[in-house]
Amino acid sequence: MSVLVYTENEEGKFKKAAFEVASYAKEIANMLGTSVTAVTFNATDSAELGTYGVDKVLEVKDDKLTTFTAKAYADAIGQAAKKEGASVVVVSSSADSKFLAPMLAVHLDAGYVSNVVALPESSTPFVVKRTAFTNKAFSLTEISTECKILGLSNNAFGLKESEDAATVESFTPELTDADFAVSVTSVDKATDQVSIADAEVVVSGGRGLKGPENWGMIEDLASVLGAATACSKPVSDMGWRPHGEHVGQTGKPVASNLYIAVGISGAIQHLAGINASKTKVVINNDPEAPFFKAADYGIVGDAFEVVPQLIEKLKEFKANNA
Amino acid sequence: MKILVCISHVPDTTSKINFTEEDTKFDTNGVQFVINPNDEFGLTRAMWFKEKQGASVDVVNVGGPETEPTLRKSLAIGADNAIRVNANPTDGFYVAKQLAKVVQDGGYDLVIAGRESIDYNGGMVPGMLAALIDANFVNTCIGLEIEGETVTAIREIDGGKETSKTSLPLVIGGQKGLVEESDLRIPNMRGIMMARKKPLNVVEPVEASEETKAQKFEKPVPKGEVTLIPADDVGKLVDLLHNEAKAI
Ligand SMILES: Cc1cc2nc3c(=O)[nH]c(=O)nc-3n(C[C@H](O)[C@H](O)[C@H](O)COP(=O)(O)OP(=O)(O)OC[C@H]3O[C@@H](n4cnc5c(N)ncnc54)[C@H](O)[C@@H]3O)c2cc1C
Repeated sequence: MSVLVYTENEEGKFKKAAFEVASYAKEIANMLGTSVTAVTFNATDSAELGTYGVDKVLEVKDDKLTTFTAKAYADAIGQAAKKEGASVVVVSSSADSKFLAPMLAVHLDAGYVSNVVALPESSTPFVVKRTAFTNKAFSLTEISTECKILGLSNNAFGLKESEDAATVESFTPELTDADFAVSVTSVDKATDQVSIADAEVVVSGGRGLKGPENWGMIEDLASVLGAATACSKPVSDMGWRPHGEHVGQTGKPVASNLYIAVGISGAIQHLAGINASKTKVVINNDPEAPFFKAADYGIVGDAFEVVPQLIEKLKEFKANNA
Repeated sequence: MKILVCISHVPDTTSKINFTEEDTKFDTNGVQFVINPNDEFGLTRAMWFKEKQGASVDVVNVGGPETEPTLRKSLAIGADNAIRVNANPTDGFYVAKQLAKVVQDGGYDLVIAGRESIDYNGGMVPGMLAALIDANFVNTCIGLEIEGETVTAIREIDGGKETSKTSLPLVIGGQKGLVEESDLRIPNMRGIMMARKKPLNVVEPVEASEETKAQKFEKPVPKGEVTLIPADDVGKLVDLLHNEAKAI
């Protein structure tokens, strides 16, 4: 028995979500009285995972797996889970993890629960809390299969460092041509930007910004905060911003520590996507905007005046707290 | 090409979410049900294949008789046949098993499902279905072209997009981007009249167990009042974010 985690990296370097799933898995392993094994694909420094509670790493080094290939990864993780006799497998909520998890679930005959936000409420029966109805509610979900797959929401659990050291073993999964029947031909990714899924802070703009030419100040604000940029649906529909930035019920969910909404009215479909964020700040010139009811902090004012001032104040704050 | 579009019947995006029976059941009182938005993009893309390249398009839902208006709407949009698997969709795995049977019986080449349904947000049915029937699978699909045997699919990844090549049979988990929002179709009178004459076949479910079960629902704790900060005192916001919210 063990708890297995899939720890994602980008060009060899672990993503924050990898440390998060490891930290979370360690707590589950403690609950169940077992240890944590991680699977890595072409990671540069697998042993680093020990810092977040991983006891053993199964290290896969294979040039064919340089680019994420969902089926091949799912099969490899499945083989690792069987080898380790894993009773729980933890993955993140990244696009890649959500892609492979359902295939892995079939491979392992495992019940899969996505969008998990807390440690299991109990282990027998195994009950976890997840979000449902696009963050308008939570569901306490029981998993009845022997092996269980949990998809942890981003930023839901945080990081827990530990003193442990991980042992690293090399692992060679058996893969076939069928694992590569979907083959990636190109990846188009803005490498210098924080993605919404990984971001701890998100700065989002709505139709109140009047046009794409005014996004400079949103980007500046995001850059002082090390934040990802996002937008409301009409903004992406009008082509002011890429579709991938659209937040909400039909767009992306955001579970950041801080969400700053500028010139967004706060329609129910938008709020559904950001409910899981911890602190919400709203800047809007209409005091009646529904978003103020959902926000923690609000400024009633013209975005074109408030945002540049906010950028200045944040720069001062950073200089004083560096 | 034979296309199957999976249609989830979900509460309209403006619905207030409430629960009954000691918070164990979703309260459908006063709730309008619609085609799951992610599925609607897929259905429209299927219509494009039908009109531009020639294809037959069936729609399927696993659900009780109450979901038939949603299937009829899909027929009014242009699907040729509808199938309802007469079962209460308990969990994603159960639904995927039912769909797998429909795909195998119907010999479909392409199955278009939504990335997730906006009620339970499981995001598992398309991938499980693909694995069960041993078809290729592309999730969060925002672009799909099929030329003979060759499929080019674009998917959204964190911070960008990725293009891949694959072949049929294929299952996709689709979303906005597969078609533009402005391409979505509202059924017209003719479509609605024609939909009445199109077949809606009810089939009985296959035996399948559920692996997960929602025991109880909770609503988020209501939030306190917003703290308003004067527009000429932006520094105060920075101070509160640092000292009170510990967010920066
Ligand atoms: C099926 C369906 C699904 C949907 N899904 C989503 C979704 O996922 N995400 C989403 O966001 N929306 C979604 N919507 C749309 C949603 O209902 C709203 O229309 C949308 O969120 C509004 O975007 P907005 O706030 O940017 O624009 P608006 O509603 O136009 O609001 C703009 C705001 O900016 C303020 N403003 C204007 N000028 C300034 C200024 N100078 N300074 C400060 N403030 C200013 C205004 O007071 C207003 O409150 C969906 C709708 C439907 C029907």
